[in-house]
Amino acid sequence: MSRQYETVIGLEVHVELATKTKIFCGCSTAFGGAPNTHTCPVCTGMPGSLPVLNKQVVEYALAVGLATNCAVNQYCKFDRKNYFYPDNPQNYQISQLYLPICRDGWVEIETAAGRKKVGIHEIHMEEDAGKLIHDEWDDCSLVDYNRSGVPLIEIVSEPDMRSSDEVIAYLEKLRLIIQYLGASDCKLQEGSMRADVNLSVREAGAQELGTRTEMKNLNSFKAIARAIEGERRRQIERIEEGKKVIQETRRWDDNKESSYAMRSKEDAQDYRYFPDPDLTPVVISDAWIQAIRERQPEMRTEKLARYQTEFQLPLYDAEILTSSKHMADVFEETAALCGKPKEVSNWLMVEAMRLLKENEMDMEDMAFSPENLAKLIGLVDQNAINRTVAKTVFEEIFAHDVDPEKYVEEKGLRIVSDEGALRRTVGEILAANPQSVADYHNGKAKAMGFLVGQTMRAMKGKADPSKVNQIVKELLTSGSDLRYSTEKMKEDKE
Amino acid sequence: MKIWEMTALELGRKIKSGEIGVAEAAKASLEQIGALEPEIHAYVTVDEDNALKKAAEIQKRIDSGELTGPLAGVPAAVKDNLCTEGLLTTCSSKILYNFVPTYTAEAVRNLEKAGAVILGKTNMDEFAMGSTTETSAFGATRNPWNPEHVPGGSSGGSCAAVAAGECFYALGSDTGGSIRQPSSFCGVTGIKPTYGTVSRYGLIAYGSSLDQIGPIAKNVSDCAAVLETIASYDKKDSTSIPRTDCDFTSALTDDVQGLRIGIPRDYFGEGLDPEVKAAVLSAAKVLEEKGAVVEEFDLSLVEYAIPAYYVIASAEASSNLSRFDGVKYGLRAKDYEGLHSMYKKSRSEGFGPEVKRRIMLGSFVLSSGYYDAYYLKALRTKALIKKAFDKAFERFDVILGPAAPTTAPRLGESLSDPLKMYLGDIYTVSVNLAGLPGMTVPCAVDSKGLPIGLQLIGDCFQEKKIIRAGYAFEQSRVYQEPELAKNVRTARDAAGDGMSGRREPGAARADGTYMGGVYTPDKAACIASDKITGYKADGTGKGGARL
Repeated sequence: MSRQYETVIGLEVHVELATKTKIFCGCSTAFGGAPNTHTCPVCTGMPGSLPVLNKQVVEYALAVGLATNCAVNQYCKFDRKNYFYPDNPQNYQISQLYLPICRDGWVEIETAAGRKKVGIHEIHMEEDAGKLIHDEWDDCSLVDYNRSGVPLIEIVSEPDMRSSDEVIAYLEKLRLIIQYLGASDCKLQEGSMRADVNLSVREAGAQELGTRTEMKNLNSFKAIARAIEGERRRQIERIEEGKKVIQETRRWDDNKESSYAMRSKEDAQDYRYFPDPDLTPVVISDAWIQAIRERQPEMRTEKLARYQTEFQLPLYDAEILTSSKHMADVFEETAALCGKPKEVSNWLMVEAMRLLKENEMDMEDMAFSPENLAKLIGLVDQNAINRTVAKTVFEEIFAHDVDPEKYVEEKGLRIVSDEGALRRTVGEILAANPQSVADYHNGKAKAMGFLVGQTMRAMKGKADPSKVNQIVKELLTSGSDLRYSTEKMKEDKE
Repeated sequence: MKIWEMTALELGRKIKSGEIGVAEAAKASLEQIGALEPEIHAYVTVDEDNALKKAAEIQKRIDSGELTGPLAGVPAAVKDNLCTEGLLTTCSSKILYNFVPTYTAEAVRNLEKAGAVILGKTNMDEFAMGSTTETSAFGATRNPWNPEHVPGGSSGGSCAAVAAGECFYALGSDTGGSIRQPSSFCGVTGIKPTYGTVSRYGLIAYGSSLDQIGPIAKNVSDCAAVLETIASYDKKDSTSIPRTDCDFTSALTDDVQGLRIGIPRDYFGEGLDPEVKAAVLSAAKVLEEKGAVVEEFDLSLVEYAIPAYYVIASAEASSNLSRFDGVKYGLRAKDYEGLHSMYKKSRSEGFGPEVKRRIMLGSFVLSSGYYDAYYLKALRTKALIKKAFDKAFERFDVILGPAAPTTAPRLGESLSDPLKMYLGDIYTVSVNLAGLPGMTVPCAVDSKGLPIGLQLIGDCFQEKKIIRAGYAFEQSRVYQEPELAKNVRTARDAAGDGMSGRREPGAARADGTYMGGVYTPDKAACIASDKITGYKADGTGKGGARL
């Protein structure tokens, strides 16, 4: 392509709020119940049932709005969005169109291209729909209304992003803010955070926006990045071919790495929005906003500063530890339990990060308890296990959240501090490797490393390596103990 | 005094004193139902077995001193748009022909707590849309004063049941006059309370911002007692208002000294039947003679009430009724190809013409490009109408006028001309738009032998003022019962077996209009059990609503 193009991207991000009950009824929002067990007349659209707003939803939406520098609509309303679909039991979704709770905010993002502000057009509250299950055997579809009425906020950005890097940075920033607020766990894979990407391209320097498409079904940051690249390419190709970009909604297939059109603007439904007469307007007082502001937990910037001063961590470590609320929580809880923040940081920064990378996991997916990591640090500190063993134990903690004390006992991993036993093993190794012993005496210093390694292996790693080093050296130079240990061994056998 | 001559409160007192048994009272009502239903068709469902079972239970609770309220043991009827757990609730629509709710409406629960014996569910205009009860999918209800005439609507079944003595009081709902207009046509008393006074939880919505549940009874005292019972602050209804002034029976004093009554000239112009006009004005005279200060005034904006009402109510209805789609409950068409065809066919077959008309009208006024011109304008008009009333209530305690421009029309007259039918709501709809309380009290019978009702309108939360005025007026006349109701009982009493007037429920009338018949709960249950296969509250369902 000869011409230069600019990509213009805006996002619609849906976030499932972490309330215990649904937005308009008292049903549980818990995941994984048997179909239609977390339901009542309200969230199944029974005739005559009425919605009653969950106050916590307003508080979470306000908290997110305040943390993203939004203005609050202190008089906001719910509207009905009318459309027919079986996952929506009333055939209208209660949402906010005319007076959403928050407007005109921004968040700052940082990418290789530098820092910039991404504008937030609005944040509104709405209810989630149920789930359709298509029965392949019985040629029919079933509806599970457990998710129907789970509270969502939709965060609509301005079209301020220009690359997939910026989009990812924006999403990570949003996720971090919301997780820090405790308003949601924001898991893309589980759908508690979902992003639709609105994208258009235009020639570099053009003032007017191109025709945009909306991309749905993006379940991971990687899929989002791939979809953005794919859609950018597709639109540029069309333009280069002299075709027009059609305003439409497209569905991304991450396996095929391509998208297909779901519906065009022409078939766009008229949702016939109007204020829901079953709900009264939400009036948000200055005092309420103030109370939410005061209750706002420590955000990342504050944590970052505190980790450097309170725990003496370098900036780099503090940045990684605070890059996820869950990681920061694990760090702080473990540090509080064992009183060794530096050690905790090392374990998380090195071993945990390595395992996350190897297993392609997010920080949020770490499921081990701070208690077990604290115990492990205690064991190392008491010199009960050596660092090599500790690493394998950590892997067990990371994968299965084992109790390290029990695990070390069961597997017999405790360090062998009995010097006699250690000397016997070294003697045995020296006897079995006369060539290496000779090499050592002929000035090959490397041979000693081999012998130490062999001893550690024979001890199944349970020895203190510096101690082993010391004994190998001692026996190599004295030579006499060689016989002693072989004889001794025989005696033991007899 | 015979049971059937008593008002609800009189019967309640006799039950309390042990003179009359609860079962005896229920049987008296059921006998009247058996005798008159083929003629009147006030009920969609008569729950005879359960009513008698309930009567026995309530008797025990009265005997043990647990139930002491004035309405304990008194038989009542409930409009078929109020959900009743385990009892068919159809809204007189084919689309809900088999719907058995899993819960009971809050207002009905309040009645049950007070010891009401619910006899059954009364007929209505389909989804409360209509002014004659002729749009019911189960056949029209007839006016007990003259079966050739309509009972009014949409709570025509409830009003006809009270007038015919087929219950002692009933619940209705009023979105644009649906309690007050049929009360006027049937010669009974009905109150539409201030919006927010009675919980709407369990009332199948028509126009949510206008709907209110209210009592229908033989006189003002009964209505006040029933309203006192059903009014409650309900957290399940966001529009419910906590009130501490719901002791409505305290306003039952024959004293209107100094009460300021306004008569809007706008309500007495063209279109008002001269006999109705004369009757209403002479009722005003009665109150004036009793010491009220009566004065004429201009309310203004009256001509805008009907268009504003039909835009708002239809808009809300178009959305409220979208849940009836064949997916979860109710009618599902038999032959369909895929989801959209199922929606289309089920709704086409399930809804009647008047409901379809309003869904279309409502969808239109909400559609993009028309929203501002119609819906928003109607909301603004609503606000102006409220202001006009606010101004009037600075000068008056009560506004007095007719409830309807005419007495009950003949069957079939109104349906042919829906616009004319809509215009008949002229005196009632603005009360709903402004959220005010309104009451109809019978004031005369016209030359055709049909009752005329007087409407009393109060400011928000001022039910007591209209109750006071209504009660004082009522003292000047005796409650009149339609001849038909009296005749069957006289015949029954003469025969001495108590059952002689009885005809087979469900028998067709000569003109063949009686299509629904009286549903028995058994029949309802068997239809319901094989159709409702979706989810169940207890999680025992198949685990999904089948499409």
